[in-house]
Amino acid sequence: MRILYGLTLPDSGEIQVGGQVVNIRSPRDAIAVGIGMVTQHFSLVRPMSVAENIILGRARGVRLDVDAARRLARDASERYGITVAPDAIVGNLSVGEQQRVEILKALARDCRILIMDEPTAVLVPHEVDALFATLRRLVAEGLSVVFISHKLGEVRAICDRVSVLRRGRMTGTVPGSTDERDLARMMVGRPTFGVGRAMADERLVGPPRLRVDHLTARGAHGLDVLRDVSFAVAPGEILGVAGVSGNGQTELGEVLSGMRRPTAGSVRVDDVELAGATPQAIMAARVGRIPEDRHACLVLDMSVAVNLMLERVDDFLVGGRLDQRRILEHAQDLIARYAIKAGPHDRVGTLSGGNIQKVLLARVLSRDPRVIVVSQPTRGLDVGATEYVRTELLARRAAGAAILLVSEDLDELLALSDRLVVFYEGRIVGEVSAEDADPERLGMLMAGRGVAA
Amino acid sequence: MTRRYDLSRAGIMGATTSGTARVSIMAVLITVGFTTTLFLLAGANPIEAYLQYLVVPLTKQFTLLEVLVASTPILLTGAAVAIAFRAGFWNIGAEGQLLAGAVAAAAIGPLVGDLSPWLAIPLMIAGGALAGAAWVLVPALLRVRLGIDEVVTTLLLNPVALLMVNALLHGPWRDPKTGFPESPRIAASAIYPDLIPKSRLHLGFVVALVVILVAWFVMTRTAAGLRMRAVGLSPHAARFAGMNVERTLLRVALVSGAIAGIAGVGEVAGIQHKLTSGLSSGFGYTGIVVAMLGGLTMPGVLLAGLLLGDLTVGASSASRALNIPSEMGEVVQGVLLLVTVGLLAVRHGRVTRSDPPPDEAEVDLEPAGAGSGEPGPRAPVEPVPI
Repeated sequence: MRILYGLTLPDSGEIQVGGQVVNIRSPRDAIAVGIGMVTQHFSLVRPMSVAENIILGRARGVRLDVDAARRLARDASERYGITVAPDAIVGNLSVGEQQRVEILKALARDCRILIMDEPTAVLVPHEVDALFATLRRLVAEGLSVVFISHKLGEVRAICDRVSVLRRGRMTGTVPGSTDERDLARMMVGRPTFGVGRAMADERLVGPPRLRVDHLTARGAHGLDVLRDVSFAVAPGEILGVAGVSGNGQTELGEVLSGMRRPTAGSVRVDDVELAGATPQAIMAARVGRIPEDRHACLVLDMSVAVNLMLERVDDFLVGGRLDQRRILEHAQDLIARYAIKAGPHDRVGTLSGGNIQKVLLARVLSRDPRVIVVSQPTRGLDVGATEYVRTELLARRAAGAAILLVSEDLDELLALSDRLVVFYEGRIVGEVSAEDADPERLGMLMAGRGVAA
Repeated sequence: MTRRYDLSRAGIMGATTSGTARVSIMAVLITVGFTTTLFLLAGANPIEAYLQYLVVPLTKQFTLLEVLVASTPILLTGAAVAIAFRAGFWNIGAEGQLLAGAVAAAAIGPLVGDLSPWLAIPLMIAGGALAGAAWVLVPALLRVRLGIDEVVTTLLLNPVALLMVNALLHGPWRDPKTGFPESPRIAASAIYPDLIPKSRLHLGFVVALVVILVAWFVMTRTAAGLRMRAVGLSPHAARFAGMNVERTLLRVALVSGAIAGIAGVGEVAGIQHKLTSGLSSGFGYTGIVVAMLGGLTMPGVLLAGLLLGDLTVGASSASRALNIPSEMGEVVQGVLLLVTVGLLAVRHGRVTRSDPPPDEAEVDLEPAGAGSGEPGPRAPVEPVPI
């Protein structure tokens, strides 16, 4: 999608538009060949009017022809039934209306192929219906639409053909009327087990160590992204969180790490309330956090040694000064224990993804956490590092830590988790134990088809 | 005998300076190149001009001491700016904070005649520091609580400070006999003693050196300094690691304002012995040049402060010797600032423009020489999609 709109350059391969090979190196090229894109995050100037937004970027010369833009907006609303007032200020419009402005913008640039990235993610149900009506009319007028979604119901409702992508590969293209179960199977695929966990018999079962009740939180758009989420994790258990990205998992990780305030609900670790607590309080409750945005959670311009002690600076003081020797020894110790391929003086930013993850892992695990909240622990890592990270997590599980594992990698979840919960639109829509986790059923749950088994 | 772990040199504390040193040297060279043309336009031989600017002041004892006098305020404002920038608090208001400190000194100075200098001078320094911190308090709170850009607010408070000075001088403090807009002289016990008899070099220079030494120690050797730098380099990572980003920023801002305030005290107690409207010739702004040129490190600030002091003294004598406008010195300073900022921007911009695959993206985002840990200007760093 980013490649089609010229935001990312392909390594190889070609793009054809209308039978002709085109070379798209920037959004400008994409627009020139008739490709328009509507992303989840709108690129609108909020204080400007609809008409002004439409001519933005097309304005040639000195004089702004706002009247032409107004006319265009009116024409479009007649032709396609896209109703927006040309003089309305964009910031005052609802999200659904803003999306219509985005579509109008693309149409005004004579776009013949419209790419829509998860267009319904930000819409409420009746806006979705309106969007679909609009799209149908546009398609009837001859527009081509690429509709990107992980919601099976929508895909079946609006699409003529469906291509399934999994891990960057095309699994296949099928008619839009294909059975949901088949689509789900194509999305999820067959799991292949790498590192496996020991079976359930050695599990320490006890009262839950991490308890989350009725947790609700808002995302960047101000909409609820976590809705009344409840679960519990026992010592010696790995609870996996499955779901297509963007269904609240990121925010769950942030809330549990102290980086986002929930609007309601509670998070308790051994009966200590931690909802809305600072990262400091959360760490004091011996919760270890391995975040999905690992680069943003380390100071890349500082050394490995400093990053390894950054969570506990006060432990390395001697008479008000930083004890540099102990910092170094601590770093050397962890570098050896966690097989980090770097020296204590190296800047973290120069390390490979795997070693950056090991720095975080070492920082967290060396404090012997009782609860570990870990998100996408092996995303972007090579096989060796992946295996290492998984082995370490299983070792912690064996040592009695309660682990919450958020991952988009179903193989990983199935290999490591004792139980799985599935997130869809900020809610838990299903829970399965590892023994009877079935990829097809998980796929259905992840795609919002939570049929009771 | 244990091995000496000099980690700051080795880079463990993120304080290597090689990268910034390169930028600073390049900035100086490019500036010389640019200003050569200006000297030619002004009808002077550029080589002679630079000899006059940089070398001649160091050859005589009187002018050498004058260099140190000229360096005193900008060493302090440079340290104030460097500390703030290092933590990501973009304090452009050292000028106003300096004036606030000067006002406090002029208010306290005449009242402490009965005290010994050992009490009077520290009292005045403390008052100036408080006033400087107070002057930055509102912008700091606005930034920390409401996220309002401190570049604008600190900058806008500079003319306000100057207006306050003028209001005082033309109002309550006007000399009742002569009518001159000057505050009452400060008491003899409040005057900074001269370091060398019959020179203008005063205690303020020692104060500046002590402040720089303490600032260097705090920044490189203490937990507070580490937090400060972590917050400056990555507020998100610092918060994630349990640091209170807002509190750190607030403290750094206040310390920065206090140091700038002390610079103002020095000009009152060491040079003018009263408050005048011409007290500061843009020392607060020059402090930004000093801080940037010094790579936001304290040793760098020391060198850059002395260099610009040299330039200031040289500029005034050069204008007489070569018959070029004395404003040339400020032009050279201005070019120096623009070139330094430009070089830092280029260094950041060049590397961020690449478009690496999503996950490993940030690994390559930072410039190769950024081991210095200096954050650089923030504006040009982010490449904008679409």
